Amino acid sequence: MHEALWDEIVQPAASWSHVLKRGTILRITDTEGGANVGALFYNFECPVERYNMPDTLKAQHIARLTKGFVLYSDMGRILCSLVDDTVGWHDPLGGCSNAAMVRAQYGEGAYQDLRNDCYRNGHDSFLVELGKWGLGPRDLVPNINFFSRVDVGPDGGMAYHAGNSAPGSYVELRAEMNVLAILNTCPHPLDPAATYQAKPVQLSIRRAGPVAADDACRLSRPENGRGFTLTERYFL
Amino acid sequence: MTDDAYTFIIPAGEPWMREIKKGQRFRIVDLHGNQAVDTLFYNAHDYSDRYSAQDTIRHQRNIYLTTGTQLISTNGNVMLTIVADTCGRHDTLGGACANESNMVRYAIDKRHMHACRSSFLKAVTEWDHGMTKRDITSNINFFMNVPVTAEGKLTFEDGISEPGKYVEMRAEMDVLAMISNCPQLNNPCNAYNPTPVQVAIW
Repeated sequence: MHEALWDEIVQPAASWSHVLKRGTILRITDTEGGANVGALFYNFECPVERYNMPDTLKAQHIARLTKGFVLYSDMGRILCSLVDDTVGWHDPLGGCSNAAMVRAQYGEGAYQDLRNDCYRNGHDSFLVELGKWGLGPRDLVPNINFFSRVDVGPDGGMAYHAGNSAPGSYVELRAEMNVLAILNTCPHPLDPAATYQAKPVQLSIRRAGPVAADDACRLSRPENGRGFTLTERYFL
Repeated sequence: MTDDAYTFIIPAGEPWMREIKKGQRFRIVDLHGNQAVDTLFYNAHDYSDRYSAQDTIRHQRNIYLTTGTQLISTNGNVMLTIVADTCGRHDTLGGACANESNMVRYAIDKRHMHACRSSFLKAVTEWDHGMTKRDITSNINFFMNVPVTAEGKLTFEDGISEPGKYVEMRAEMDVLAMISNCPQLNNPCNAYNPTPVQVAIW
């Protein structure tokens, strides 16, 4: 394995963004267990090309994310591949919290009183971090929640699955393009906890080898083979 | 529906766009059955505040849209409420087809085939209020049946709609509605036969 280019902690309820370079791997580790990482991904060179939840789900016939699956943009290309995962289920459905939801669930948690333990929400965190790259509300699309799980019942009912991620669990994203990643560690919007309990995560970035002809994500579905072909053509 | 209602038949493969005022009713009729009606809504006074699939399903803790569903915007506003539904279930996870997603899903040589997101792009461009591809987000597929299994699989099941089934909404704020009457020819969801639908506003 290539050695880490750098490691970094994202504190609880904090935001982070970076342009993941094509051919690097981002490992996100839930150091304490029970973390949630809201995530959005954009083609850095043309951010109107962005992670597309429906294309990701329907191309792979999935409503969860784990090792072997990929994250599609709305242009038929693969932004990132999930090359490793010790969790088994990451949520693509639940979305993010907003200020009204957080206030209703946890009460007031203003900076004036709590300083940097204030109750940040996913919606505003995404908008602030997107704003740093010249992006805004029009660029806010359905997000992923790494380390969280939402079960869907036969009647369509959605239920938060507690205890999905154990301490030390990690997921690895290999960037297949130059991908602007926008992350935050705000709690999952369906987490029923009565107190605000955001968790930190550790990030580690390293170089990856070239995507092999027999790469597991490329071969996991015929759709993904075509997705890799279209992504590779973008760089020709 | 009142006698003076606005009505329009959207041919298969065509877009449609119109404002609906707060308090008005908006009905979509699946004239021939199992036609995918790809639909987006915007706050008529701020297009950056728009229909949010994730906020809508999370708010009601259910992935299916039907009578009683409140359609929620990215800013948390209730845009419309579904007040009648003779179909029983509508999808908001499957999204809209595109030239590019068709290449991934079916074959790379399918690029030329007409697709919903091309209709959406044509509609927002002709609307001429500064909307672009940035404004095309995850939509509703009225009359489509896309269940999720306990194992986390997304399945595309046979339609449960029939000729004449309809869904009716009440606008809770002034909204701009945009429809692509889906032209998909690669998917059995519409029996490979896209058909017209009727919209009505009163």
